[in-house]
Amino acid sequence: MTTNFKPLTLCLCLQAIFLIISIPTTHSRTTFLAKDEKLSLIQNTCKKTPNYNICLQSLKANSASSVSDVTGLAQIMVKVMKAKANDGLNKIHQLQKLGNGARKALNSCGDKYRAILVADIPQAIEALEKGDPKFAEDGANDAANEATYCENEFNGKSPLTKQNNAMHDVSAVTAAMVRQLL
Amino acid sequence: MDRTNNSNHDVPFTYVSLPIGPHEDEALVESRGKWKARPVVFCGLLVLVSLVAFNGYKGSNGNITTLTSNEDLKQKTIHSHKWKPVSRGVSAGVSEKSNRLFTKSNNIGGMLFPWNNTMLAWQRTAFHFQPEENWMNDPNGPLYYKGWYHFFYQYNPNGAFWGDIVWGHAVSRDLIHWIHLPLAMVADEWYDQNGVWTGSATILPNGDIIMLYTGATDALVQVQNLAYPADLSDPLLIDWIKYPKNPVLVPPPEIEVYDFRDPTTAWLTSQGKWRISIGSKMNKTGIALVYDTKDFKTFERIEGILRAVPKTGMWECVDFFPVSTKLDIGLDTSARGDDVKYVMKVSLDDDRHDYYALGTYDENGVDFVPDDTNKDVGTGLRYDYGVFYASKTFYDQSKERRVLWSWIGESDSEDADVAKGWASLMGIPRTIVFDKKTGSNLLQWPVEEVERLRMKRCKFHNEKVMPGSVVLLNIGSASQLDIEAEFNIDKKDIEKIKQTNEEYNCETSGGAANRGALGPFGLLVLADEGLSEYTPIYFYVVKGSNGNLKTSFCSDQSRSSLATDVDKSIFGSTVPVLEGEKLSLRILVDHSIVESFAQGGRTCVTSRVYPTTAIYENAQLFLFNNATEATVTASLNVWHMNSAFINDKQVKLKS
Repeated sequence: MTTNFKPLTLCLCLQAIFLIISIPTTHSRTTFLAKDEKLSLIQNTCKKTPNYNICLQSLKANSASSVSDVTGLAQIMVKVMKAKANDGLNKIHQLQKLGNGARKALNSCGDKYRAILVADIPQAIEALEKGDPKFAEDGANDAANEATYCENEFNGKSPLTKQNNAMHDVSAVTAAMVRQLL
Repeated sequence: MDRTNNSNHDVPFTYVSLPIGPHEDEALVESRGKWKARPVVFCGLLVLVSLVAFNGYKGSNGNITTLTSNEDLKQKTIHSHKWKPVSRGVSAGVSEKSNRLFTKSNNIGGMLFPWNNTMLAWQRTAFHFQPEENWMNDPNGPLYYKGWYHFFYQYNPNGAFWGDIVWGHAVSRDLIHWIHLPLAMVADEWYDQNGVWTGSATILPNGDIIMLYTGATDALVQVQNLAYPADLSDPLLIDWIKYPKNPVLVPPPEIEVYDFRDPTTAWLTSQGKWRISIGSKMNKTGIALVYDTKDFKTFERIEGILRAVPKTGMWECVDFFPVSTKLDIGLDTSARGDDVKYVMKVSLDDDRHDYYALGTYDENGVDFVPDDTNKDVGTGLRYDYGVFYASKTFYDQSKERRVLWSWIGESDSEDADVAKGWASLMGIPRTIVFDKKTGSNLLQWPVEEVERLRMKRCKFHNEKVMPGSVVLLNIGSASQLDIEAEFNIDKKDIEKIKQTNEEYNCETSGGAANRGALGPFGLLVLADEGLSEYTPIYFYVVKGSNGNLKTSFCSDQSRSSLATDVDKSIFGSTVPVLEGEKLSLRILVDHSIVESFAQGGRTCVTSRVYPTTAIYENAQLFLFNNATEATVTASLNVWHMNSAFINDKQVKLKS
């Protein structure tokens, strides 16, 4: 009985390739999740943070769908933190140019936002990348605190409330997310 | 980050001339020249009064009792000072009305002005190990070799935050006066490209030095690498060689690639092999893996684990060593015998605290079993109840002692760290011995060499401190002190008070402002005369339901600073006090670090303190007793401490 081996061989090869691709590797940082698994990863991760909505919005706006683990989600949050810190610093510069009042407070806030950009964020990025997440938690916690200290500088009449709240809330979400990695 | 081969030459460092011998420091001149007996200085207060927005704690009536040392034969000025609890008072020159800006809470309102350079400059320590600038974390590979103590540390050459980690290096003759050397290792190989992380030294019987350390590879895997000195005839061990066939250990299959770090010093097994442990976790159970080796180049994974404790999370910086149950000396890491107990210590990633347990070790079964399973590794005793992490011991063969190093991080904001240009300290190295009296804990004590920094002593004997009073100790400026004190509660007071079920917990107690019958009482360090800032270090005694006394020892940072961007926790724990023992404490004050030891080192608390006012000549020392019933008698010795000149730029190394 003659059989045509070519389609059979092709079939077996394709099966083998398929199997190899779908075996999750224990040494790999990312595993392959189906779309609804990724969605529930995002939801489950965000549920364990102090602000579910901010968490969800931040991740969705930043292609979180391509990420498959909590470390990846936390890395996205750190990018969002950086964007909020830049927003804060830009607003501070604007207000400083206008030159009306609260000069000391604005200068102090400038120092705090620069510290977030120069120290907290690089520390968090490196810690998450290299696998020592506690330093990322420290960086995120500090960033949230710096925003609070900045807001307190104005004694109730802050021109930066929107930016400080955003910085604080995004940082608090990031810290809570990193805690899930410890 | 790009890494050039010459990166270790781009980093600035300070060289120091080689000293002649171990006692050259005795010829050192007093650093700041302020330690003569002189009247209290008031000029600094004028500057402070002009700053409007200060809140303060202050008694509204009366003044503070001032005590001068018995040795000075000065007159006592007797006033009485009533202790005022929580509500914030008014600082001089500010009327009550302006206080509507500030709420009662410690962390809102308060100081509106940013840190200035004078305040930040004061924070640098005089006799604790710290590099000239930038960030430091874990101690690495401490060892004693050819007359020198070597100390390595995690260091960021590029900023006052964690990152770009390499190995700093320093040497000392006495664990106190340090000389900075070039970086020992940088991230110049694929197997440590992303981090030259923590490791430990093993000194072999033939004098070889083995350094095992964790590298984060170019693929972000945590591996263990071998390094050794390039030239063992160089007592300064300046140059190091990385074994060409690194890594010597990679994560085993069941362990995540980022949960495999901080190899221990090795100890000899009865088979003549060297054994090490590496901390890790499986889900949330902290574990310690075990490996054997003959040459530190090939390792054999030993089945089983040294210990596992559920819910403790990742175990970092595992340390494992024997202690003598009979003698007050340290033991070599390989020591064995009948009068030997074992200590297993871990740093918990989850809560940034260092825990230890005493127990027995079965070499064959590869088992560490704690004496008390209710006080297991990671759930029981801590070396220190304050800021204290990633600690590591080594055996000092020259003085037959086991010495403990620990990383003391900052408790301020990153903004302040960036402004001052540095972050983190090391604690003063401590000796560790088994507490023969209790049998259930270790004793830690600052190495005796720190006492060489003691200068003028002020002695106070049997000073009676009434309930609700504060006593200024007239010793002059109080930023660099070594204090030894004993306290006695009047027996009549103990007998007459009722028994109680009160469980005192330093952390949730509200601190020294909350009064009990038999506490709190102790010392106020880094306090200004107006008591707008102060840090109580105190005992709090409770008479329990069976008439037994239970004692807590705490360090209260809640009113340590008017600044709102510093940590204001209260740290501490219970401390065993045995029949017949007086309450005793020791405190090392060195600018922004305070290290406190109760009952000879049974309970230790390290804290970071950042005052804005109680600095330079305004930093004072007080005795206090805020108990409601107990009269307390205190005797103390207070020494002013010299600087150790660790970062003195004047000193140069001759090549």
